[in-house]
Amino acid sequence: MDILTQIFNLQTLYATIRMATPLVIAAIGGIFCERSGIINIALEGMMLMGAFIAVLISYFTGSPWLGLIGATVFGGVFAVIHAFVSIKYHADQVVSGVALNMLAAGGTVFLLNVFFNTSGTSPAVNSLPYWGPFKPTVYFGLLFVLVAHYVIFHTTFGLRVRSIGEHPHAADSVGINVELTRYICVIISGMLAGFAGAHLSLGVLNIFREGMTAGRGFIALAAMIFGKWTPFGALGAGLLFGFFQAVQIRLQGFAIPSEFVQMIPYIFTVVALAGVIGRATPPAAIGKPFKKNNRS
Amino acid sequence: MSGIEWNKVLKEMAISLVAIFSSFIIGAIVVLLSGYNPIQAYHALLYGAFGSLNNIADTLLATTPLIFTGMAVAFAFRCGLFNIGGEGQLLVGGLTAAWVGTFQGIPMLIHLPLTVMAAMLAGALWVFIPAILKAKLGVHEVITTIMFNYIAYSLVAYISLKVLARPGTVQTHTIEESAKFWRFSNLIDMHSYLNIGFVIALAVLVIVYYLLWKTTIGYEIRAVGISPDAAEYGGINSARNIVIALMISGMLAGLAGAERALGLFYNYRSGFSAEYGFTGIAVALLGRNHPLGVLLAALLFGILSNGRTYMNMMAGVPVDLVVILQAVIILFVSADLVFRRLFKFKKNGKGDE
Amino acid sequence: MGKILQMKNITKRFPGVLANDRVNLDLEAGEIHALIGENGAGKSTLMSILFGIYKQNEGEIYYKGQKLDINNPNDAIDAGIGMVHQHFMLVPTLTVTENIILGSEPTKSLGRIDIDKAVAKVRKLSQEYGLEVDPLAKIKDISVGMEQRVEILKVLYRQAEVLIFDEPTAVLTPQEVEGLYKIMYNLIDQGKSIIFITHKLKEVLSVSDHITVLRKGKSIGTVETAQASERELAQMMVGREVLLEVDKEPANLGDVRVEVKGLNLNDNKGVKVLDDINFQIREGEILGIAGVEGNGQSELVEVLTGLTKATEGIFKLEGQELLNSTARNIREAKVGHIPEDRHKHGLVLDYSVEDNLVLGHHYKDPFAKGINFDFNALEDNAKRLIKEYDIRPANKDAKVKSFSGGNQQKVIVAREFDFGPELLIASQPTRGVDIGAIEFIHKRIIEQRDAGKAVLVISAELSEIMSLSDRIAVMYEGRIVDIVEADKVTKEELGLLMTGGSKSKEESK
Repeated sequence: MDILTQIFNLQTLYATIRMATPLVIAAIGGIFCERSGIINIALEGMMLMGAFIAVLISYFTGSPWLGLIGATVFGGVFAVIHAFVSIKYHADQVVSGVALNMLAAGGTVFLLNVFFNTSGTSPAVNSLPYWGPFKPTVYFGLLFVLVAHYVIFHTTFGLRVRSIGEHPHAADSVGINVELTRYICVIISGMLAGFAGAHLSLGVLNIFREGMTAGRGFIALAAMIFGKWTPFGALGAGLLFGFFQAVQIRLQGFAIPSEFVQMIPYIFTVVALAGVIGRATPPAAIGKPFKKNNRS
Repeated sequence: MSGIEWNKVLKEMAISLVAIFSSFIIGAIVVLLSGYNPIQAYHALLYGAFGSLNNIADTLLATTPLIFTGMAVAFAFRCGLFNIGGEGQLLVGGLTAAWVGTFQGIPMLIHLPLTVMAAMLAGALWVFIPAILKAKLGVHEVITTIMFNYIAYSLVAYISLKVLARPGTVQTHTIEESAKFWRFSNLIDMHSYLNIGFVIALAVLVIVYYLLWKTTIGYEIRAVGISPDAAEYGGINSARNIVIALMISGMLAGLAGAERALGLFYNYRSGFSAEYGFTGIAVALLGRNHPLGVLLAALLFGILSNGRTYMNMMAGVPVDLVVILQAVIILFVSADLVFRRLFKFKKNGKGDE
Repeated sequence: MGKILQMKNITKRFPGVLANDRVNLDLEAGEIHALIGENGAGKSTLMSILFGIYKQNEGEIYYKGQKLDINNPNDAIDAGIGMVHQHFMLVPTLTVTENIILGSEPTKSLGRIDIDKAVAKVRKLSQEYGLEVDPLAKIKDISVGMEQRVEILKVLYRQAEVLIFDEPTAVLTPQEVEGLYKIMYNLIDQGKSIIFITHKLKEVLSVSDHITVLRKGKSIGTVETAQASERELAQMMVGREVLLEVDKEPANLGDVRVEVKGLNLNDNKGVKVLDDINFQIREGEILGIAGVEGNGQSELVEVLTGLTKATEGIFKLEGQELLNSTARNIREAKVGHIPEDRHKHGLVLDYSVEDNLVLGHHYKDPFAKGINFDFNALEDNAKRLIKEYDIRPANKDAKVKSFSGGNQQKVIVAREFDFGPELLIASQPTRGVDIGAIEFIHKRIIEQRDAGKAVLVISAELSEIMSLSDRIAVMYEGRIVDIVEADKVTKEELGLLMTGGSKSKEESK
């Protein structure tokens, strides 16, 4: 009884939603990217970049809103690197993702030094205001879920995205521009991941800290897979994983080590991929560079 | 008469060198834009890496784990697999070594090999589930090994902090003398903790070379990596070789952990790995998945990682420049089509289209 | 009626190949025009040019009297030319309607797809042309026949006037084929014109109005179907070229060595790919398998060599059951295999000649002791085989991918002949190799026969089959339709059997 009231209360609910927000938003970015056939393991780096840029802009302009917008835009710009090498130069998308994660990890700390002369934590900046119980980014997150669902499943663009991730040659045969569509999707994923990063630095906190995403980009990846590459699935998975993050501290009081709670999203994802509870199957053409006129 | 096609080797090396050179140029621009002096920075970097015997020894010390993790990634690549989980395998192997190393009353002749083998076994087991899922169900090993990295972070943190920790610290107990790697400072007067692990790493490169190119095991693994269909035709079981290759890869990553635990730290502690597992990916890519290339690439990253502190002290450039360089090198190597097109263009006078 | 489409003097060169050599094709409005020819005759190239996948080097296309410049599929679609692809261009995870409208979706405001309108349109088209589909089903859940109807609807949805059907019956059951004919007649009634690519003479004669025959990239002629006979068409298709001379003594037959009985294989959709295959091969005999490609020959070879598991049947070599054993065990039982695709299966292209010469035997004596290679044995083996089989350049360390097709094939032949196989399976043994290598390989195959081995040769080249074989089995739609003595059959008769006809007019019903 005591455990239940300790865990399931309004506070936990709020914390869950706060924790879930960046996971869900970044996961939706991942959905666009992977639905179009491009693996994105760089969500972590894109989020980290976004978090940093948000603080940087807020610091110099005093406006957290400009910070949020700047993080979103820059996330997209950062993603262009991934798009460029993997679409234009047919590079291994995993390798490119690894490089982007490193670039973000090294780049943010480097810039932290350059701008703030510190390698740990940035100065405090103006953060986003509360709208009711939450920061605005939380409401945006929910909006993104709805919009993403609408775009992916009800619009022309979404239909084309889904087709190029599964069978790009079929899409090509009816005149769809596979490469352009993939560029757009990778950039969308960077923008959403950048936005998610800004939520961490300007929504949850008011500073940037070295490596502050702490693997959330990979939990977002997990949420995307666990939610079977659908926005509502990602929302559900994100809330579930957010809940575990919210309660891990509380559960420690009941001799459940927080480390074991932290593992849950990753274990769930491996289990989902293994097909123990309904197989999670990625888009068929994922990771394969598209080469025109490659008739089978 | 020679079995090596020197033309191709030179071309591959040229691509790697151009990638390194290009990223250093980009690095210099970044340094310049940030208001520092790039020449001074690179000079300091080199001094830090080679300025004294001690510095050189420390460079080799920094190179050692990268040889292991680079070879781990390269080995899997040879079978067409991307083991991105080297970091997790390293941590699990390191913790295992730090634990088995505390066992008391075992003579060194048994204790040391036992500890090292335990670390290798732990690393191999940590990649076993991704290996089986890949071999039997075709589940992409990249995603599963990433997930196992994070499972490892939590598991290792729990065990090292809450089960094996020396009370009041974030470290495990110090290992027994019988499990310690011999250090060069026993012989030469220096501070560096460079240890026999470096020699083991070199030996491992030779062994891996032998395994890959002189035995039937390597013949089969490489055949699966080049052409799974031709391998099946030749009666080679792809699934079995996938599991073997990934587990050997895990063992090599586990060895990296053993060297850190038994040669450098004498225990397991937080901050145990400086992302050696991920740098290993850069090492393997730059080294073209060949033991000799891995050695050279590991040396390069060892130089960068050891020299960066001096670069920071003497030129003021943040140490993380090195991580940026690393990332840019990976990008250039991965998009090497850029360079290949460039070379082809020059050679033929015009493009082939 | 008049001509709706004319292709004039179309020439297309690929590196080293003249795929179309001044080909002409006239399509009357409202007709079904069949385009026939053997594999590699140039049918697909011609249609790819018409649909904008390739660009011709010479020649013009006229559509409704106007010269038409087609640079990509969109140009063709805009003009009113649609292609029903042989390998369906459908996205498995999307619905029938989504696949049909993809690329030309009806929309409401905000880019929203008007799915109701789309479904209604699909329903209407489907009724109009008698193409029964479930607009809301996902492609991955529907039958092959329905997938094809979806492909046709895709073309009709884009308002095509001319429809190209590329080997449409290859994937269908006999009942579905009947349904397809009805659909085609329906389309003609609605004013469409159809080009129908096939290699099956019977169906050509039953549905088409005109027939154009291609052979080796040239158009041999166009005939009116009403005036054509199966025999005449078969002759036009295969030609009357002189057989390649192969020196061979009459076969010296021994006991039955290979027995295949009741072999069946279903593909993952449950369609029979191999249907009750039965044959025997004796010592010192070459059994040839003739047939147009895609009639189950490749699958038969894969089953016999352990690369695919059969559904049921018996495959015995000297009394030892080998069906569904592993590739390694089958090779251990002394079955040699020259695969049809040497790049995919026969060679590890990045390996040296020396390494490729031991593939499949690399793990055992004399090449390996335990896990260690005996490099002297590898080297001796390579040097000996390079000499014996005249592999050029004679460099055992060079990667095989740098070798010519003929020399790559010699590497495989050397490896597969040298270990002393009791059964030799040679699939398209001389495909894409030069004439010198062809003679060499043929000679070696005959040598194996004369040494008392059992040999199975599979080839799409009739002349090769006829000159090598002692007996010839003809495969058609997964079955062996007949087994004949090689010296008692003519090329025309084989051509008929291969295309679904009977050996002679009298025997047919």
